[in-house]
Amino acid sequence: MTLMPRNRANHPLPYAPGYKSSIPRSPKLALVSGAPTATEQTGPVFGHELIGKLDNNLILNFTGEPAIGERIIVHGRVLDETGRGVAGALVEVWQANAGGRYRHKKDGYLAPLDPNFGGCGRTLTGADGSYEFLTIRPGAYPWPNGVNDWRPMHIHFSVFGQSFGQRLITQMYFEGDPLIARCPIVNTIPDKAAIDRLVAPLDMGRALPHDCLAYKFDIVIRGNRQTMFENRMEGL
Amino acid sequence: MVQQLGYLPESASQTAGPYVHIGCTPNFVGIHGIYAEDLGATPFPEDAPGQRITLTGVVRDGLGKTLNDVMVEFWQADAQGRYGPGAQGFARRASNFETGEWELKTIKPGAVAGMAPHIGVWVVARGINIGLQTRLYFEGDDHSKDPLLTRLEHQNRRDTLIARDTGNGTYRFDICLQGDGETVFLDM
Repeated sequence: MTLMPRNRANHPLPYAPGYKSSIPRSPKLALVSGAPTATEQTGPVFGHELIGKLDNNLILNFTGEPAIGERIIVHGRVLDETGRGVAGALVEVWQANAGGRYRHKKDGYLAPLDPNFGGCGRTLTGADGSYEFLTIRPGAYPWPNGVNDWRPMHIHFSVFGQSFGQRLITQMYFEGDPLIARCPIVNTIPDKAAIDRLVAPLDMGRALPHDCLAYKFDIVIRGNRQTMFENRMEGL
Repeated sequence: MVQQLGYLPESASQTAGPYVHIGCTPNFVGIHGIYAEDLGATPFPEDAPGQRITLTGVVRDGLGKTLNDVMVEFWQADAQGRYGPGAQGFARRASNFETGEWELKTIKPGAVAGMAPHIGVWVVARGINIGLQTRLYFEGDDHSKDPLLTRLEHQNRRDTLIARDTGNGTYRFDICLQGDGETVFLDM
């Protein structure tokens, strides 16, 4: 298998002055491109022994008592660019609480911490690439950039595929949030369609009556090109 | 009209942001009890063969300021030049909130497939919109046949990929995101 080259047009610009932090933190020189080697085409394989029973339940995994907020299921699949589901992919998430406050020493926002919300979760995808989290809807919050910039409601996602070259960190947004179009971090992505692909639709098909709503978020990571030689049946 | 190729576009990257620790190294930021230990705390078991080394470094921005909110991931072969098994060879570090330093105790990787010994490095932080891929090679090794180092157009940038030998199995690897001495970042 060979990793397909990364199409940078699907991604944000490293230097995106609307997001001020990117100005001094973006390389100015060209990336050095080359064919992927064993270093990029292998990667850590995580086992199910890593994952605790409540790791994908952000409502209960901090203290065992329920976190405050709108209960939601976030589910979807990790796929690669060829459309194959990626099995055994480690998906890690983190988010603000329902008031828009992170449990972090550097977050001093007015909204209070929820004593029962830690803010992180993780899971491994199933055979078809599917994953699921139970959490609360994170609040929007102001952040220091422009004078009055607000982050839309979002969940951070970190994904390991089958190789280090597939490594991806992104954010999931929520259908209908008017802050998405106003967000300088969202707008580091020049392609409107690429932004839309980060917005999870409400999925009433997975919502549980009298329990929680659901949002569906599929994540696509770099694909592997398979040649006929690698695919051929034994003996052919 | 022609048939559709049917490939899916890769999901757009977004910055890991200032709170990446909550999701990736929660114990480091004082969120205890969810995960027993942070992922990638130890790349190899204690009894793994090989030379013990200690790597340290910082990441600096284009104005020379040290980042104290960066996360760095490492992926390396074992002493025999083999990747894996499992998650062996993977490590993750958050930089110190005051000094910006990270430290990794690991073993020196062996050479892999004609490449000089090296560690794959991936850097994310607030302000980095898509994770930066680079490599850490070791001062003192023979780099004269390494396919990546030898084909760099700007050979005067090659030292940005080579960790400095600071004696007794310690190496120093500082990353510069921008400007004078900008680290070579890769698209591989």
